[in-house]
Amino acid sequence: MPKFSYVFGLLVVISVLLAACAPSGAPITVEVTRIVEVAGEAPTPVPPPVAGGERLQTVLDRGKVICGVHGSFQGFGFVDSAGAWSGFDVDFCRAWAAALFNDAEAVEFRGLSAQARFTAVQSGEVDVLSRNSTWTWTRDTELGLTFGPVTFYDGQAIMVKKEIVSDPTAGLDALEGANVCVQSGTTTELNLADQFRAANVGYTPVVFEDQTAAFQAYDEGRCDAITSDRSQLATQGQAVLANFADHVILDLVMSKEPLAPAVAQGDDKWADAVHWVVYGMIQAEELGITSANVDSFLSSQDPVVRRLLGVEGELGSKLGLSNDFVYRVIKLVGNYGEVYEKNLGPFNLARGQNALWTDGGLMYAPPFR
Amino acid sequence: MKLKAFWRDIRFLQMLAQGIFVILLALAAGYLYVNVTANLQRQGLTVGYGFMKNPASFDIGESYIPYQASDPYQRALIVGVVNTLVVSLVGILLTTIVGVLVGIARLSTNWLVNKLAAAYVGVLRNTPLIIQLMFWYFGVILQLPSVKQAIELPGPAFLTNRGIYLPWTETTATFPAWRMYLILAIISVFVIWFVLQIARSRASIPLSPSWNLSYLVIPVLILWLGAEIQPAPPITPYLPELAGLNFKGGLRLTPEFAALLFGLVLYTGAFIAEIVRAGILAVSRGQVEAARSLGLTNGQTLRLIVFPQALRVIIPPLTSQYLNLAKNSSLAIAIGYPDLFSIAGTVFNQTGAAIEIIVVMMLSYLSLSLFTSLIMNIYNSRTRLVER
Repeated sequence: MPKFSYVFGLLVVISVLLAACAPSGAPITVEVTRIVEVAGEAPTPVPPPVAGGERLQTVLDRGKVICGVHGSFQGFGFVDSAGAWSGFDVDFCRAWAAALFNDAEAVEFRGLSAQARFTAVQSGEVDVLSRNSTWTWTRDTELGLTFGPVTFYDGQAIMVKKEIVSDPTAGLDALEGANVCVQSGTTTELNLADQFRAANVGYTPVVFEDQTAAFQAYDEGRCDAITSDRSQLATQGQAVLANFADHVILDLVMSKEPLAPAVAQGDDKWADAVHWVVYGMIQAEELGITSANVDSFLSSQDPVVRRLLGVEGELGSKLGLSNDFVYRVIKLVGNYGEVYEKNLGPFNLARGQNALWTDGGLMYAPPFR
Repeated sequence: MKLKAFWRDIRFLQMLAQGIFVILLALAAGYLYVNVTANLQRQGLTVGYGFMKNPASFDIGESYIPYQASDPYQRALIVGVVNTLVVSLVGILLTTIVGVLVGIARLSTNWLVNKLAAAYVGVLRNTPLIIQLMFWYFGVILQLPSVKQAIELPGPAFLTNRGIYLPWTETTATFPAWRMYLILAIISVFVIWFVLQIARSRASIPLSPSWNLSYLVIPVLILWLGAEIQPAPPITPYLPELAGLNFKGGLRLTPEFAALLFGLVLYTGAFIAEIVRAGILAVSRGQVEAARSLGLTNGQTLRLIVFPQALRVIIPPLTSQYLNLAKNSSLAIAIGYPDLFSIAGTVFNQTGAAIEIIVVMMLSYLSLSLFTSLIMNIYNSRTRLVER
């Protein structure tokens, strides 16, 4: 018996060490040599996959945009059984393709997992990531990414059965003693604890590893409430729950989750192109330009409209794009509001903070001049 | 006398081989260690358990020890260990009962009992445990009616999709006094045994067997005296009853705990049934025939002749099944029971301390398993055939 414990102990140590090595993946000897060389220096920053300013040319030469998206999130990034991609994030990929190639289908979609998405951008496997990713300090700095304009202002919310709370304006104190389903290992789990603790409301979390399992258990009546990002509650709720009308998403916001596209850090030219396409879509909505009426605006005398659509000025070519890139985007994909309505309208997801600034929302494009 | 060349000395060669093996092992371990530290340094990461004192900031659904979100990570991990221990211990107890009963049923001459037991073993042993857990959780327990329409069983016990409520007991004010009487009564049994041993060794003629009655009489006398001093009962029934939206009182098994327990008990029970059956079949037929010819009944034969001998075959593989049950409890994460694996996963996600958490997890499961096998090995050495 005691002899065996030693052997076991040794095995544990070895397996732990092995486990620790696993993530590095690359040939081990090479790695060690490198350490010796850089010993004493500051940690090397993630090298830009393409030297400054070359990504745009690479994409143009290739003839299509490689876009990292979610593959199974209805409303945002979803590939159906026929292989057709749809969703809010997916349409931004189409917008970049339209701006670059005057062809909304010049996109190669890559469905990425939550773990793989940032590595895919860093390594240059995808040109741009449009996969409901929250813009955070860590990701912007330590992961070496540049985030674009926020395309969707999300926040953690809580969904409750109507029989328990029917008033969406109710506070957390209405949930005293409730069972709350939540996915494990997310910031959601922490926010939940923080918010209830701050409100001094007692509750019982029921933690699942898998989001679908959490929704299923909530639907079966195991929990009184379920918490996740508001967009997920609305879209998944309608996709998974037996009767979405029996549930209400409370108005209270438990965290800030600004979702934005991301490109690799260190290529300003490519980042600018990606950003201004999004701004163009927001600006177009503000001016009332839609895919249906964009042609009639070409003859507009308004200098703001004329500059935006490339009728006058050379805004596009300064970015390395064609002057009429916004026209192409609006014509082939639509403005921000159209994309929103098309993908999230079926889920009755109210614009809220994602309305234009002129309507009391946060969507605001810098001037095109 | 001729000096034997040392390279032809078998003892030397054996030692040499072992020595080389140990050195290689140490080199491999050292290489891995250097590699890990170097890689961690390159990524600017440090290994240490300093974070364990930081507040965990997440809540845990069920805990047998007091816990709140402001407690440190180490406390959260202990909650996980205790949750794993509870489900493992209760599971081991119940699965033994299920396994033994089904194992005997497998050998029954009654056609229906035999076939039912065979079907149980066949189905449960040949489907993955995770699927069975999902089935118990989503397919059975969460399909129970809501609290308001709870199924009432005699007891009363209530089955709902918020948990299973069982009658339980509650201690009263006289419990400490009664606990003392009970301890006294148990001590008295040992004292009697000791006194009788001495008396037997000194007596010239064998003591009358009626002395053995004292084992019964004296403890009962102590308890009766206790009842005279403290007539109030030490425990009262603690029954679940509907209070508002939920049941209050009684023993509550959460849906996650109940599903995990059922899943583990029935799955492991199927394996134990086969072990028990093999153990019983290993006892030579002559033993049964001899017992029968002595006039022992079926039950007596099983209890007095077959089972004690079968135990010797059953115990070692039974130990591995106990270990399997404890380790399989880590599948709890799929159905939301906060066991060690689930909580450690959350801590790992929040702190990023992968190596530290994996070490803690492995050591916890390792010590749990080693402790189980230690106990079982002691038991095994007691039941083993004593050879002369």
